[in-house]
Amino acid sequence: MCACRCGIKVYLKDGKVTYIDGNRNHPVNKGVICGKGAAGIKQHYSPARLSKPLIRVGERGSGEFREIEWEEALRTATLWLSETRNTNPAKLAFFTGRDQSQGLTGWWASQFGTPNYAAHGGFCSVNMAAAGLYTYGGSFWEFGEPDWKHTKYFLLFGVAEDHASNPLKTGLGKLKARGAKIISINPVKTGYSAIADEWVGITPGTDGLFAGALIYCLLEAQKIDGEYLSRYTNSPWLVIENKGGADDGLILRNAAGTPLVWDPTTNATKVAMTFGSDPCLLGRFTLPDGRKVVTSFTLIAERFSSPEYSPETVAAKCGVAAETTRRIASELAHTAFNEAIELDIPWTDYLGRRHEKTIGRPIAMHAMRGISAHSNGFQTCRTIHILQIMLGTIDVPGGTRYKPPFPKSIPPNVKPAGKLGQVKPNTPLPGPPLGFVNSPEDLLVDEHGTPLRIDKAYSWDAPLSAHGMMHMVINNAAKGDPYNIDVLFMYMANMSWNSAMNVPDTLKALTSKRIDGEYVIPKIIYSDAYASEMVHYADLILPDTTYLERWDCISMLDRPISEADGPADSIRQPVVEPDRDVRPFQTVLLDLGARLGLPGMTNADSNPRYPGGYPDYIVNHERAPGLGPLAGFRGKDGTAAGRGQVNPNQLKAYIDNGCHWYQELPDNMKYYRHVNWDYLDWATFFGFLPRPDPIIHHVYSETLQKFRLSARGHGKVQPPAEHKKRIETYFDPIPFWYPPFEGTMVSETEFPMHAITQRPMAMYHSWGSQNSWLRQILGRNWLYIHKKRADKLGIKEGDWVDVISHHGRIKGQAKLLDGQNEDTVWTWNAIGKRSGAWGLSPDSPESKKGFLLNHLISDLLPEREGGYRYSNSDPITGQAAWYDLRVRVEKSADQKNESWPQFSKLKSLKKAFAK
Amino acid sequence: MTSLPTPSAKKLGLVIDLDTCVGCQACATSCKEWNAQGDSGPLTDTDPQGKDVTGPWFNRIHGYEVKEQWRDDSRIVNFPRSCLHCEEPACVTVCPTGASYKRAEDGIVLINPDTCIGCKLCSWACPYGAREYDYTQGVMKKCTLCVDRIYNTNLEPEDQVPACVKACPTGARHFGDLGDVNSDVSLLVKERGGYDLLPEMGYKPTNKYLPPRARRNTEQAHIEKLPKSDGSTMEKLFLWADKLLSNKSASAAANPDDNSGKLEG
Repeated sequence: MCACRCGIKVYLKDGKVTYIDGNRNHPVNKGVICGKGAAGIKQHYSPARLSKPLIRVGERGSGEFREIEWEEALRTATLWLSETRNTNPAKLAFFTGRDQSQGLTGWWASQFGTPNYAAHGGFCSVNMAAAGLYTYGGSFWEFGEPDWKHTKYFLLFGVAEDHASNPLKTGLGKLKARGAKIISINPVKTGYSAIADEWVGITPGTDGLFAGALIYCLLEAQKIDGEYLSRYTNSPWLVIENKGGADDGLILRNAAGTPLVWDPTTNATKVAMTFGSDPCLLGRFTLPDGRKVVTSFTLIAERFSSPEYSPETVAAKCGVAAETTRRIASELAHTAFNEAIELDIPWTDYLGRRHEKTIGRPIAMHAMRGISAHSNGFQTCRTIHILQIMLGTIDVPGGTRYKPPFPKSIPPNVKPAGKLGQVKPNTPLPGPPLGFVNSPEDLLVDEHGTPLRIDKAYSWDAPLSAHGMMHMVINNAAKGDPYNIDVLFMYMANMSWNSAMNVPDTLKALTSKRIDGEYVIPKIIYSDAYASEMVHYADLILPDTTYLERWDCISMLDRPISEADGPADSIRQPVVEPDRDVRPFQTVLLDLGARLGLPGMTNADSNPRYPGGYPDYIVNHERAPGLGPLAGFRGKDGTAAGRGQVNPNQLKAYIDNGCHWYQELPDNMKYYRHVNWDYLDWATFFGFLPRPDPIIHHVYSETLQKFRLSARGHGKVQPPAEHKKRIETYFDPIPFWYPPFEGTMVSETEFPMHAITQRPMAMYHSWGSQNSWLRQILGRNWLYIHKKRADKLGIKEGDWVDVISHHGRIKGQAKLLDGQNEDTVWTWNAIGKRSGAWGLSPDSPESKKGFLLNHLISDLLPEREGGYRYSNSDPITGQAAWYDLRVRVEKSADQKNESWPQFSKLKSLKKAFAK
Repeated sequence: MTSLPTPSAKKLGLVIDLDTCVGCQACATSCKEWNAQGDSGPLTDTDPQGKDVTGPWFNRIHGYEVKEQWRDDSRIVNFPRSCLHCEEPACVTVCPTGASYKRAEDGIVLINPDTCIGCKLCSWACPYGAREYDYTQGVMKKCTLCVDRIYNTNLEPEDQVPACVKACPTGARHFGDLGDVNSDVSLLVKERGGYDLLPEMGYKPTNKYLPPRARRNTEQAHIEKLPKSDGSTMEKLFLWADKLLSNKSASAAANPDDNSGKLEG
């Protein structure tokens, strides 16, 4: 398996990797390979690779390290970690980056007993993951996919080049070949937008308004799938209208807790999701006890039929002409309702209703970073889902399909552990540190509302932060807000450079000292395969292997490689032995776990439970009886799938099968899975769902309303006064658009432009500048400015320009383009390197001409009422809002051929290796 | 100077779809890695981690922004560039040693590294910039159409295509016999109006490019426009919802075979 998720074949000659090719039999890539994958040799043999464990001997950032043996490294780490675990496990912050082993790392954190764990999702895509999971039990991204085979109309929102890579490209190729229409809604016309039939050069952060305007048009014309809404969504569920009351906005339920709907034949309530006549989709009703109720859909319709969402109203803000929005809405309606498709597949819904055909409305959508990385991303993404749902397009032929294990219950039935009293010395947490809150009672806050997690995830700052908030850890820990930590332990996360918002202050945080001379963050353990900028700021370095030297699994317990047609998972097997003293991080983690005596990692006799390291764990670990990291080839004889005994030969079975397992579902279980009787049954057996209950889409989010009620003074757990207004405003159970925060808090005249980034396709999900082939393709970045705007600013191609935000200033070189939103500048991200890092020569173009926008992005928002500075994040999920950035651009006074700022040169680690 | 063989019936070449290419560079690095380990290898890069890294690439992808005169909007075109295996390649005829040659059997243009003296005349002659000088070895190199793949029976039959074609995620690259008018590639060229680069130069390239299709951003405008609201959207929605319910009960009453009212089994 390649560095991400594609299947590869690796050819060796005399023990050296000579060629890497796409595996034709692999479900993810079916033989193709991306620009990065085919340059894997240079990744593997990179001079930037670390060779041996290091311990810091100089000051942080000095690059003064001493090489040590693994035994010393592991003993040191164990000593540091056990001191913390013996006193207060929460004083360990364990955060991982771009790895794909969260099934293991999350469990390790839980066994250690710290709630302070997350991966990089908080600055990646949690807005999309959470919006989807709280709305329809799935998500875009790698949780679902367009029905490439049947869709006729494809809306692509936001920069999507960074997720998923080959599947999306292959899918676009299929749409092109079939002549399906592709619309790209993106401020920049490069990449996938370049081949779209229509490019909508939207202003960053206004996609929710645009999607809302499409909904407005569909409501105006009643082009809505009423049957889909009434049967498969909570649109007909009755919402209590009791202004000021503790039950205002809650779903009306019977004594058993089942939602109620209004039966038009009896003119009274009846239990939802039952057999019989269809309930009212619209209307306000009075209950016999005098209470007023309204259907969910009435509230949605009222919201989006209001003039603030008309195409004419939103045109200027979105930068999209009203007639364009109206035409696209007409095309959506036409495609959904006049070009519906019928597959000859009978299926049975959750009530046992048999459908002779599978009806599809062939409109698919996909969204990524451009939606996610805004402070309004959660509600924007929910708006897009409402649009999909109103057209009846979720998991139907031609629509956006789930990939098992999705759909999940709404929200998934895992709550975050780490509540008061759950963090105890030498004790595992009672559950996983990451999960899904359903009400304020689930938050990780103390009785004063103070966050219990170092990143303030699951606190009033960001209640639904399902992926944690890695972007806040370092700066919070340095301020002791909410508390100080003892050990920061990170993996594959370049948090002192391109993964940090506000790099200069992050560097200060990493190096700031207490009065006694000790660092404020006393100990930093870091594992990486390469000499990244972060290595220089750590105290103990555990050098990792490359992806060609290790075992891995892309697990059902995490985010598997499933196809829409069925579940799939995969393994990575080592193809070469490391030629240096490095160890795979996951094996090291299990080793540390055993040394620390973590219960799951030790036997009764205190010996390691998984002496064979990660591959041992992959095969033998059971999360629940019969459920392990890999779903395929289970059981003693390897014939069981999903649930089954441990199979000691499981890895061999995977290798024999091209390193993956895939089970295609029968046709009657491929669509409408949220409400598909046979699928729900099967998914329950497989352990994907706790019960075979239908997954009714939450167009109205009662979860959000519960938070709102708490802000209004109801319920056991209420926000402190200073958070009330924010919770009340943004936890709207009906999606809505609000301007991205940074734009509202800085002067529009002073900072009139938006600044965004995108990842080059050839460096998908990586920072590949140490790769000598990829850096020939892109060895430096430029600042792209619209030609007209550049003209007005007196900027010519090749000029060096200053980009200034409320937070900082950088200098980069300009290139001019017509194909981008006029109010937006953009660049390739993570190309700029700090001089001396990544094994590059100090005068490399990456460091001398490359630059990062990160320096312009504040980790905190400007002060608000009460002086509190919130994280620069979505108020609901805590997603880092790095696309909210507002700037002005001016021609630099100093036209010296060099970017700015230039940080001091990092010392080459080669010298440390030589010692 | 080198003479050309009688034109072959078989003309192997590439058809590159500019309508589908997203500029992902998969073909470029796949080409580099195959050829670095194959007959053309090692394709050494100089200063790999330094200020001016450079090396031979047989396939380079360029991105252009094109603005058509009569349109306000621009188009971004990703343009892969490699040897076109011309019918009458000047790079061959200028070669003083016979190192550059065109194969009689399939039309592939190749260079014999043993007789190439690195004089670079061929790279001056090629108007497409397809030739790459290997400074480490002092010889000229270029796309071989993966001649060491396409006839390589150690590979699976479906993998016996150039590395760039195998790699391409969007399916924008096609390989085949452009001398056979009925081959898939020839039919594709015919259907999509595939064209030659710089035909006026007279070198008759074998490789063809498929132009971007006409964008359909307004083509579907004939679709019935949705009515604009007169401010009564909610009233109309209520009427619609009522109709929805009455249609349902009417159809259920009128059609005893309607399954939508019965439990299965």
